[in-house]
Amino acid sequence: MMVPRAQARVMTALSRALPLVLLALLWEAAARFEWVSASALPPLSDVVRAWVDMIASGELVTNGLASLWRAGAGLALSIVVGAALGIAMAWWRPVNALLNPLVELFYPVPKSALIPVTVIWLGFGDGSKILLIFLGCMIPITIGAYNGARSSDRALVWSARSMGASRARMLLDVVVPSALPELLNGIRTALALAFILLVSSELIVARAGFGYLIGFLGANGSYDAMYAVVLTVAFLGFAADRLYQMFMNWMLQWREQAT
Amino acid sequence: MSAPHDRAARLLNAAGWLALRSAGIVALLVGWEVAAKSGAVTTFVLPPLSLVLERIWGDAVSGELWLNTGLTLYRALVGFAIAALGGIVLGVAMSRNVAVNWLFDPIISVGFPMPKIAFLPVVILWLGLYDVAKISMVVLDAIFPVVTATVIGIRGVERELIWSARNMGASNREVMWQVVLPAALPQILTGLQVALPIALIVTIVAEMMMGGYGLGGAMMSASRFAQSPGVFAGIVEIAVVGFVLVKGMALIRRRALAWHPEAMEPSTV
Repeated sequence: MMVPRAQARVMTALSRALPLVLLALLWEAAARFEWVSASALPPLSDVVRAWVDMIASGELVTNGLASLWRAGAGLALSIVVGAALGIAMAWWRPVNALLNPLVELFYPVPKSALIPVTVIWLGFGDGSKILLIFLGCMIPITIGAYNGARSSDRALVWSARSMGASRARMLLDVVVPSALPELLNGIRTALALAFILLVSSELIVARAGFGYLIGFLGANGSYDAMYAVVLTVAFLGFAADRLYQMFMNWMLQWREQAT
Repeated sequence: MSAPHDRAARLLNAAGWLALRSAGIVALLVGWEVAAKSGAVTTFVLPPLSLVLERIWGDAVSGELWLNTGLTLYRALVGFAIAALGGIVLGVAMSRNVAVNWLFDPIISVGFPMPKIAFLPVVILWLGLYDVAKISMVVLDAIFPVVTATVIGIRGVERELIWSARNMGASNREVMWQVVLPAALPQILTGLQVALPIALIVTIVAEMMMGGYGLGGAMMSASRFAQSPGVFAGIVEIAVVGFVLVKGMALIRRRALAWHPEAMEPSTV
């Protein structure tokens, strides 16, 4: 019984991967048979070779680490501050009255508009990117934490209170756990946004990082290497989202079991 | 006896909350002006709000503001419209045809979480620096949430609705237009509400990167000449455009779904 099921799973995975393989073959063919100019689309095999070279020379690794540090630091800050703000807004009505209009005002602002300002404030280095990612990612996390904490079950809050739980205990044991699913969803949005803001700001002004490397290689005409970096960033964004989804499911399962 | 007193207390209470609600925004604006004028920071780092508003007024009088705003809106909205139409058509095709679904489903689910903005230099390489390139970049980024939402929306339509329509003799086309699409509309609109801010973010980045007219381009050239009032004016202008578009989209949603139970619920944003 087990073998056919495993086989079926492998077949489904293969069938799902096939369109992507076809796309890669189409790319290679289009470049090799010069259906399009080789400078606009270098063959995929050249791109892979350029990627291996850049890994070997360490160029991709150092720039990649610079980018990941910026994204990680900005995102970590925004998670801490955003979650605290969102839960505080749901917990104290005056805080909500004070901050909710600001959140509503800044929520629709296209965050990329902040790129030149963060450069004016903190220069071309890491600081301006971290600030940009922090500011851009904070709002979706705040909204997620706020909506989650606000929806915490009134009955639970009341019964905890009637059993004599202190306000601090209630915050930790009732409100924070019930805010978790929406908070985790907000962080997922923020994760995607962090990649967008990271690459945009590095493309526009930077001296290191993935975006800088893409711009530099493009300006030098090393298009195969440029494609290699573009695909690396795209893959990392995809992989980060998948890993985060697994983490999110694990967290939520763990929460189900704990309660 | 205590009724007038109660009403007065309630009015006072409401006025207090209203004051608190506006306090955040007022404090932000006043704080900006005071901090900039206090001399603690240079005018370059933080130009006073009054100077920024003066700059916006100047741009409005010279007409530059309207040209830049118009171009940014044109690129963002044309890109958004193409992504919306294309995304809905592709989503419908994927949910009706097995082969289309087989081909596109992996591409969409791998492509959605990717930071497509990294492809901006590739788009420049292929299409140049003008509107075609900018709008293509917007479409490439904004189409994914629309396709995904359409597929999920159509998949979630209750079978009973479709069966009863079929039983009453509706053709395939009628079922699609009169049953499936309206029932999937809330999901599709959610997808469009995700796509619209993305379209704006990408338009601004593309303008910053490629230069030329447009709000993003104007901000970049102000920043290159170290005119920080121009940079802050750009933020204010882009913020207003974003606010109006996103709120407008929420309004359209409420209109389009007036028949739907969702419209009865209080909305959050």
